[in-house]
Amino acid sequence: MCGIAGLIHRGKSSNVGQELQGMLQALKHRGEDSTGYALYGDTDGQNFIMRFKVGENVGEGSSSVMEDVSVYDERKKIVDSYISQMGAKILKEERTLPYSLRYEIDYDKGDLLEFSQKIESIPGVEILSMGKSLEVIKDLGNAKAVCDRYNLGDLVGTHAIGHARMATESGVDIKSAHPFWGYPFSDVSVVHNGQLTNYWNNRRILENKGMRFMSECDSELIAVYLAEKMRNGATLEEGMKDSLSGLDGVFTYFVATKNSLGMAKDTMAAKPLVLYESDDLVAMGSEEIAIRSVLPQEIDTYDPFDGEVKVWQI
Amino acid sequence: MANLKTTEKKTKAQSMGLHTEVLTGKTQQKFFNPDEAENFYYWGTYDVDFNKRTELDVNDMDCKEANKKIDELMSQGYGTIVIKNPQGKHSLGVGILNKLNLIFEGSLGYFGVGSIDGPTVRVNGRVGWSCAENMMAGKVVIEKNAGSCFGAAVRGGDLICKGSVGARTGIDQKGGTIIIGGDAGAFTGFMMQRGRIVVLGNVGINLGDSMYDGTIYVGGKIGSYGSDAIESPMTKSDIDWLKRKLKVAEIGENFDVSKMTKVVAGKKLWNYDALEPTEKKGAI
Repeated sequence: MCGIAGLIHRGKSSNVGQELQGMLQALKHRGEDSTGYALYGDTDGQNFIMRFKVGENVGEGSSSVMEDVSVYDERKKIVDSYISQMGAKILKEERTLPYSLRYEIDYDKGDLLEFSQKIESIPGVEILSMGKSLEVIKDLGNAKAVCDRYNLGDLVGTHAIGHARMATESGVDIKSAHPFWGYPFSDVSVVHNGQLTNYWNNRRILENKGMRFMSECDSELIAVYLAEKMRNGATLEEGMKDSLSGLDGVFTYFVATKNSLGMAKDTMAAKPLVLYESDDLVAMGSEEIAIRSVLPQEIDTYDPFDGEVKVWQI
Repeated sequence: MANLKTTEKKTKAQSMGLHTEVLTGKTQQKFFNPDEAENFYYWGTYDVDFNKRTELDVNDMDCKEANKKIDELMSQGYGTIVIKNPQGKHSLGVGILNKLNLIFEGSLGYFGVGSIDGPTVRVNGRVGWSCAENMMAGKVVIEKNAGSCFGAAVRGGDLICKGSVGARTGIDQKGGTIIIGGDAGAFTGFMMQRGRIVVLGNVGINLGDSMYDGTIYVGGKIGSYGSDAIESPMTKSDIDWLKRKLKVAEIGENFDVSKMTKVVAGKKLWNYDALEPTEKKGAI
């Protein structure tokens, strides 16, 4: 089933980590296999933040395997050496969990494709997000468990999207969890509720164009699809409108960039979305109770119609 | 008491070898017998007094607790119940089978007031997906917007949304009336079988797709017609009925119903005319 939620504060920052945790926890009945956050924090915008994993937290149905911490240490060493080889410098390093790391990196070349390909050439290593504001945190368990594990409650920023997952199309592991980074674009992330039925056709086409897939989760296609459109010069909104015909199946998805948040709903309107919109805040989720967790007072909400695409700026 | 053992095999389907199984024991199908009507007990009904009013704050209750509390209040004779702080919770006010004035001061989540038979409900907020699904009788008024599958499979009563609704409004509708003050999304009246849908605003694509029967009235623009949905001329009785219904629903004052578009089933999608009358009745 899965649940998605997102919010964007316009003209100010807020405690988006805590707010999104509340929204996703309200949706936990839609799936607790894994929960993911894409948080856009307040930064000085100078350096890249890289969230990556060197191993898996493995649940039922996953094709991944549990590995010893020494394997993670070995991979981390190679990552560090590759970062140095790429001319980048690690400014700050946090190892929240044995397999999950956060680096602040000084990297001025700007070509994230080459950088990411180099880092991900190490078996077992995946960049979860790369950007100057974006941080993707995803792991097994419900929203509160993941929030507590990664200490996300204090994160201040402008906007965020998140996902509570009931695994249907692929295994229970971090690589299949949402949000997906819009590789190789800085600060682009996607969450999705639904099923895509032309995943393999699109995947073959996009892989032939040099795009990268890290999982077999159909939702990853949306991130890759939009990234490919933007690589060819389309704006985010143009890519999203194009996806309504390019992607087959039922879906509601959110996509976020450094300065914006967007939603798209398929032409069958088969997946739910409730939306609240005001001058200073937009909040949306699969169910109204998600919005109620940040706006308990009586508010006007509505369901976007079929085939609708909307984008808001911070 | 009739049962399948003694029912004569007269239908076309049975002559073709279908439905010939003999049910026994707990699976035996029983039919309503009017002679036994005196002893018929409609489970879950109470004698209530509309002038006996109370409020119930469900802020700290889950839906089971809230619905149980509503049932308790009805058993104590309360005929008007005001629900405070519903906070978008799911499945509130479901399965109410007797007369009652039920007022929600706020919004409901999914499956609000589903499977009801008789109450008059007012929601001073918004409702989520599948509001009043399987409603048998009564009246439900939503002051703001509604989600998708509004009035799915309703069999009777009046269901009114003063705002706009999502997709598949009146899907599988089997009776009653659904009135929308604003716009409606795609697949409105999808596979509807009986009853009427009135939309004062615009509707999305595939209006009345695969509808078997029933009537849809649209005041605004139509995105597109679904399979087997066709336009039909408005008659005086249509106009009279719409005027009366909108007046009772307190919606669309001064709306010119004579300019509405009437949509019905073309009945060409499947071999409708080849069916026997009994099968036709079963189909709709």
